[in-house]
Amino acid sequence: MRRHLVALLSAAVAFGCNAQIVRAQTIAITGGMVYPVSGAPITNGTVLIRNGKIAEVGATVVIPADAQRIDATGKVVTPGLINAYTALGVDEVSGVSETRDVQARGTDAIAAAFRVWDGLNSNSALIGATRNEGITSVLVAPVGGLVSGQAALVDLLTGRSTEMLRRTPAAMVVQLTSPNEAGTDARGEMIAKLRALLDDAVYYHQHRTEYDKRGARVLTASRADLEALTPVITGALPLAILADRADDLDAALAIARDYHLKLILFGAAEGWMRASAISAANVPVVVGAMNNIPNTFSMLHARQDNAALLRKAGVRVAMMGNAGDSDEEQFNVRNVKYEAGNAVSYGMPHDDALRAVTLTPAELFGAAGQVGSLQVGKDANVVIWSGDPFEFSTRVEHVLIRGREELRASRQDMLEQRYRTLPPQ
Amino acid sequence: MRAIRDIGGWRGTATTIGLAGLLVASAACAGSHTTTAATPDAGSSADSTPGLGATSVPNANPFPSTYVPFPSHPTLIKNATIYTAAGPVIRNGSILLRDGKILAVGTSVDAPTDATVIDGTGKVVTPGIIDVHSHMGVYSAPGVAALADGNEATNPVTPNVWAEHSVWPQDPQFARAIAGGVTTVQILPGSANLIGGRSVVLKVVPARTVQAMKFPGAKYGLKMACGENPKRVYAGRGPSTRMGNVAGYRSAWIDAEEYRRKWDDWNAHHKGDPPKRDLGLETLAEVLRGNILVHNHCYRADEMAQMIDIAKEFGYHIRAFHHTVEGYKIADLLRQNNIGAAEWADWGGFKMEALDGIKGNMALTDAAGAKVMIHSDDPSGVQRLNQEVAKAWYTGLALGLNIPEERAVEWMTINPAWALDLDNKIGSLVPGKDADVVLWSGDPFSVYTKADKVWIDGALLFDRGTPSNWWRSDFDLGNTENP
Repeated sequence: MRRHLVALLSAAVAFGCNAQIVRAQTIAITGGMVYPVSGAPITNGTVLIRNGKIAEVGATVVIPADAQRIDATGKVVTPGLINAYTALGVDEVSGVSETRDVQARGTDAIAAAFRVWDGLNSNSALIGATRNEGITSVLVAPVGGLVSGQAALVDLLTGRSTEMLRRTPAAMVVQLTSPNEAGTDARGEMIAKLRALLDDAVYYHQHRTEYDKRGARVLTASRADLEALTPVITGALPLAILADRADDLDAALAIARDYHLKLILFGAAEGWMRASAISAANVPVVVGAMNNIPNTFSMLHARQDNAALLRKAGVRVAMMGNAGDSDEEQFNVRNVKYEAGNAVSYGMPHDDALRAVTLTPAELFGAAGQVGSLQVGKDANVVIWSGDPFEFSTRVEHVLIRGREELRASRQDMLEQRYRTLPPQ
Repeated sequence: MRAIRDIGGWRGTATTIGLAGLLVASAACAGSHTTTAATPDAGSSADSTPGLGATSVPNANPFPSTYVPFPSHPTLIKNATIYTAAGPVIRNGSILLRDGKILAVGTSVDAPTDATVIDGTGKVVTPGIIDVHSHMGVYSAPGVAALADGNEATNPVTPNVWAEHSVWPQDPQFARAIAGGVTTVQILPGSANLIGGRSVVLKVVPARTVQAMKFPGAKYGLKMACGENPKRVYAGRGPSTRMGNVAGYRSAWIDAEEYRRKWDDWNAHHKGDPPKRDLGLETLAEVLRGNILVHNHCYRADEMAQMIDIAKEFGYHIRAFHHTVEGYKIADLLRQNNIGAAEWADWGGFKMEALDGIKGNMALTDAAGAKVMIHSDDPSGVQRLNQEVAKAWYTGLALGLNIPEERAVEWMTINPAWALDLDNKIGSLVPGKDADVVLWSGDPFSVYTKADKVWIDGALLFDRGTPSNWWRSDFDLGNTENP
């Protein structure tokens, strides 16, 4: 499985390299207020991009004569933003089932082998609208069941879906918010089912030879699912658990401890109630910042400053959308920047909020070597803003993904232009 | 982890506002069971006098408002930036609230010596935000089946149901809305039905009964819904197509017109036995008489044009389309027919009829001269309608449209007040109007700004600085945190 994973990643990198040959050039973004995220902001900074990679960042960069210059005077330059939980490209029109490839049927609510990115639609009309607002990467995550499947980190470039893939798998997704969806009738049963599955994954990992000889005990999941879970139980792949209620977060922490898993908590509406325990376990949280409605009995204690309180306790926080219905995961993936802004409004330091939509999610999903900050050697996913990225007044002026300008009219822009002036009746 | 909005797309728009008291200046007198119109003289002896419900009369008001403003103290906010929604911004201005009303607004306002004085330096004052499309109380939190009271999805035509009979005053969502500067809401039935029932307009105040939240004198609304929701919900029994939808509306209005004629005739002459009352037809007849406002959930431009024709066929007026995701395509039609457009800033794409949602919708609709307003349809969105307007306004500026900030403020204040036919009472900071006022920590169109203080009828009902005084519904006690 490890080898399989490496092979996948190499394939993704290879595609990226091919694409870069076409756009071999040097770009200098000059004069801007540069937020590298990995380091202190640089006034009047320069970001030099060569062959799709960040070549230099600083206040005293020598600009090659052949460089294409982008004047960012008075502008803000940041890494492209990352939304850490979306269904972008796998759920185009949620009311039209044939456009939904985000939820597997699975077997008994287990779909560990489901690789959601195999259904990624690179021509989704929502990708352009998202990208035009400064979002350059997203986690594309499956939903439903007990084990939803495998998520991918995806760059929102124009190209084939195989080129878009940044990290596959980026996480295995499990939901502990609904016993019913997990194919059980009670929380305890749901948790027991997950533990039994992990036991089987451990057994399978340790007894593959017997399994192949059909000499193994009967296991609860298919070979493909157990195979997919192997990197989870070896700690190579993060297990993303969706949970909201404080006690469910405790259960997730206990499972991670018992099985030595690399856990990421998602949702965590009542996370603030367990902030110190989550921090002590060094478990990161992917959370929104506009969720204060006791909308289910699992989130009665939701509060507006959850994200800020988690961060204050030292928890690594990445942002997702949860201001509205599931459209925050498709149509309004772009609004993750406003989640970050609202997090600031309710007490999170601005630097932390910017990190929560850039470097932290890159770290969580194993891509910090390539994206998430403006550091030499990383892929040039860079956005130039007219001002504070979190403000409504701010416009996106350039979106570079792997060094290529990707700002272009989205379907929504085309409609806007068509009806800008109404025809005579 | 998700909030709720338009569950499965069922929570459509179109609600009407009741016309509880056209002739009554204020129905706020607690406990009065005032009937707005004269009770017909039944001409019988006292012990056999039928109740008011025996006959169908215009503007009947069987569930009268018992709302009484909370105690208030004369309050002067000074040194603030004031967006009145009735003229240019006032810098370094003052506003005086007294006896529940706005007494004075301007650069120099004399305050009585006993007034509470609030320094608004660096802060901004706007009228209270009005949301014409909410399901708070009818789809309460927690979102469990036992509290799902917004869609009477047992028949595609249910003008007989009234949203107020579903409203749970202890819905914890109300308290969160006022913290977002929202002072008046229209609660609508959902959009499962072609005709979903009556809406109710509420002041966002803590109360034991819905009657005690009802906006005195507000008209009722009638919720209608176009398109995908009704035909999906009733696919098995019909309507199952858009043409089936239209046949359903027209058939209902035919019945309503007959009913209106019979009752208007009987009320005029009192000859013979009165016709039999019918709750649903009575509501529709009130629409035909102009006493109830039509609020029509409709996404697509072509369907809105057809709904306009249906309204003309039967002689009623559509007060506002709601959602109006394609409002920008027919904003000229909306202007010509004097129909309001209640829109989201940037929501769409979740079903076919929402596919063409664009962020420029509000700005383009406004630029074409139609009366546009923000709406939430969502208990999370209602808390940040200022942010929603900010998105829409700045999108308009980016499109090169010349939209002053004052105008954007109108999208969340006086325009929705107009849609409720309450623009003579709320929606702008004009002397004599209800003192529904928000003091913002700064520019209301910044992501970092919050409502600091919110007054309803001059009473300070939300003060961010004193969490111990925040409104906590009965459900909140022992169950939730302060929002």
